Amino acid sequence: MRYAYYPGCSLEATAKEYNQSAKMVARHLGIELWEIPDWSCCGASAAHNTDHLLSMALPARNLALAEAEGLDVVAPCAACFNRLRAAEEAVRESEAMRATIGEIIGRDYRATNRTRALLDVMVNGVGTDKIGEQVVKPLTGLKLACYYGCLLVRPPKLTAFDDPEDPTTMDRLVAALGGEAVVWSYKTECCGGSLAAARTDIGIRMIYQILRRARDAGAEAVVTACPLCMLNLDMRQGQAAAVHGDRLNLPVFYFTELMGLALGYAPRDLGLTTHFVNPLPLLETKDVLRHPATRRERA
Amino acid sequence: MELSAALEGNRDLKERVERASGVHIEDCYQCGKCSAGCPVAAWMDYTPRQVIRLLQLGLGEEALKSRTPWLCAGCQACYTRCPREVNLPRLMEAVRQEARRRGRVNDRKVDIFDRAFLQSVERYGRAHEMGLIVQYNLQSGQPFKDALLAPPLLMKGKISPLPAKIKNVAEVKEIFARVRARGGDGH
Repeated sequence: MRYAYYPGCSLEATAKEYNQSAKMVARHLGIELWEIPDWSCCGASAAHNTDHLLSMALPARNLALAEAEGLDVVAPCAACFNRLRAAEEAVRESEAMRATIGEIIGRDYRATNRTRALLDVMVNGVGTDKIGEQVVKPLTGLKLACYYGCLLVRPPKLTAFDDPEDPTTMDRLVAALGGEAVVWSYKTECCGGSLAAARTDIGIRMIYQILRRARDAGAEAVVTACPLCMLNLDMRQGQAAAVHGDRLNLPVFYFTELMGLALGYAPRDLGLTTHFVNPLPLLETKDVLRHPATRRERA
Repeated sequence: MELSAALEGNRDLKERVERASGVHIEDCYQCGKCSAGCPVAAWMDYTPRQVIRLLQLGLGEEALKSRTPWLCAGCQACYTRCPREVNLPRLMEAVRQEARRRGRVNDRKVDIFDRAFLQSVERYGRAHEMGLIVQYNLQSGQPFKDALLAPPLLMKGKISPLPAKIKNVAEVKEIFARVRARGGDGH
């Protein structure tokens, strides 16, 4: 399996542990990630809020680079995934759009390739059976709220790989890793995305609702597949709890970090020491860290 | 039919946002599912359903004054649930862009953030998170916002004072320039 890898801006900075763990786990499972050389930003929400054509052209440049290599694209970030898919579909559906985008990016882009979310590639491409066979440190007894947020599963016309209201891809992955996915009702509620940066007063209230629901459902931690969700639920958790006079202390994981742990990699190598809510005390109460790990070589 | 100037203006506005968004305003039959599920509705002046209603009734001027399109998080819950498949997030974008074109910025903080983000992309080819936050804080008059988060972010190596510039940044600048040349808003 070979994919053009589009990490996206966050994975170079605030979400570097997502990049680290994604590459580690992909290599372990035999997925070759060819990082798109000199990739540029997809424009994120700022572009589509500002100008429709700009929001199509910025992702298209990256898609064209991957297409020239004859590769499908894999995106770990839910927002990048959504923007890349939107540009791809717009070009596929309309000759006029294809011509316009081609003129704006100065490259021929025909949308013959397809973008997939990293979660989709892992769970539906590699498969939970194969992942399960590789587990050496099962996440036994770890109760997790699988949080999908919005852009990984909506709108379904673009995202296509799971149910938009009750997705289960991550839940199935957690089960394959030996953990327990709790049933809860906020798995696709929006965390606010970049609104939490621009209007933190609103964002922290949206964030708190999600975390509180996860805790009420009996989760000990939350799992995400999006760097912005992570930033909001982890980095802003203190602010969100404080404004509600609560203490949450709910660790948040990228799904790739949990895969890495179950496959036997050390927490530090996966970047678990860079979170705001330290997940190590929780993990130390579970088998996954309590017994000496069959530590794998550093990737 | 003879229409008053105000009605003419509103019809023109409705056509403009319909063209920009690809949404047919009349498709909406006002069931309200969009607004029942909107995670930001509590902070909006008009609910998303009411914004469409204003456009249907020829009261588009009122919609242009609304904060709602500026607060929309673009989470796609409304579009996913709409029985008429009205692409409400696209409509919100079109209304917001139309408002801005007429000099109306109904949430300054949101506007400053998006513009700082795009400036970073145009300058470096990628979003530089730290530069973006500093610019946003200064321009929005909140110099110490999230100041407590900065030291741990730096310590953990999660933000860098220096931007990562791509090699072919000229190509990205060209994309912005061509969008502007077509009358688009390259910010």
